Amino acid sequence: MEKFYTRMGDGSVIELSESELKRDLEEGTRDAAERAKIPPLSEDDLRRLLEIYECPDKSVGVERGKEVILSYDSGTTKFNRANVSVSKLQSLQIYERMLGADTMEMGHMDYSYKPAKSIMWIEQPTLEQALLITIPALFYGAMPNLGLYTQPDGPCPNPMGLIPQGKISEARAAQEEMAEHAVKDMVYVGSVMYESGADGINFDTTAAAGDAEFLAALRAVEILRKKYPQMCIEVGMAGEFILGMHGELTYEGVRLAGLYPHKQVELMEKAGATIFGPAINTNTDKSCPWNVARAATFTKACVENSHLPIHANVGMGVGGIPVTETPPVDSVSRASKAMVEITRLDGL
Amino acid sequence: MGDPLGMHITHSIASGMGGMRTAGDLVGRMQMSRGMKIKEAKEYVASKLKVSVSDLADPVVMSEVREDLDIGRVNALPRIAKGIDAKFRIADLLDIEINCVNMFKDRINRKLRV
Repeated sequence: MEKFYTRMGDGSVIELSESELKRDLEEGTRDAAERAKIPPLSEDDLRRLLEIYECPDKSVGVERGKEVILSYDSGTTKFNRANVSVSKLQSLQIYERMLGADTMEMGHMDYSYKPAKSIMWIEQPTLEQALLITIPALFYGAMPNLGLYTQPDGPCPNPMGLIPQGKISEARAAQEEMAEHAVKDMVYVGSVMYESGADGINFDTTAAAGDAEFLAALRAVEILRKKYPQMCIEVGMAGEFILGMHGELTYEGVRLAGLYPHKQVELMEKAGATIFGPAINTNTDKSCPWNVARAATFTKACVENSHLPIHANVGMGVGGIPVTETPPVDSVSRASKAMVEITRLDGL
Repeated sequence: MGDPLGMHITHSIASGMGGMRTAGDLVGRMQMSRGMKIKEAKEYVASKLKVSVSDLADPVVMSEVREDLDIGRVNALPRIAKGIDAKFRIADLLDIEINCVNMFKDRINRKLRV
């Protein structure tokens, strides 16, 4: 029986028969459909995915004419993490001139709004110089990262310490206070960077700390949209499901805990976002075909329910990409092609 | 993390438009400035550039188009638009507001205080 080369969600190589591939694709889409109460992928979609995973080529790509726009979270930190000694300006020139970047992003190495706030006076002139010498649109980005607002590093009691003690109302109050601080920092950084000339602001890995963080991002988007009607605001998520760490928070009458991407985007659109990025987490115990079918199911429902351009997160550990620091080209190119062609994405 | 070959380069080859090697930066600007979905953004840019939608991701066609329109190209030859001056021309060509271009105009139009 013919076997097809693929990988598990942790990147390790496996070989699957056609029937095993079909089973994984069907189980992946069913898992997403049942969790989010959305339609599973169609027979045509599953057949297309099967073709992608049966293709023996090392690397694959979308059909000519189906190319999409790439945006980058944490753009200028990536080369430094690989210990390549280049400045932010040089990083952006590499993105522009060597990597075919459709858009670019500048960010602080400590990629959260709270630490970025205190070095804005250094970041602003760097961004201003970058805008003079580069051509593609330039975002400034960081993470809302509510966790940074807890003691001892931040001003608020730690809800994760309060919950085990049964102090639920205190934990909720702490999260509400953390969200207020985060909104101020996001609005401050977004404002100064836009007033320095940035084309847009990116809220990356949003709702990593749950529903209070998602609410903070919604409020920050709302304020920035009122202040700067022309500003591009991109919101990328941390995971497919908003954790109910608070549990009672709402926006426009909608409870935030438990929302899946097709509902998350509705609220971000109301708040005033320009581009939305759903993030579907990779399960390392399942195969890449299972993970891509699952990610495509959530993302397709999000695209179909959105008036905004959708740039899905397809980076390490999300969007069907294995959780490994050196993502294999075979897995990444298959996830890239599958997510674009199956879900009709506007970008990645 | 930091693996540009595994992530950026692979995505760029598999599904990206190609940035300023092609018209990727221009289509991206329409998503960012007008919130256009990909199909609408490509059609808008193609009409402004007077090329077909399928030409937008072709680096050979677009290199010539970009040189003719003087909106910046990867091989930065002498005397062609680079950086902010290319963006002045892109704003006019696409009929959009570019934040840093508007700020640049404001700065150079300020009266000198002596």
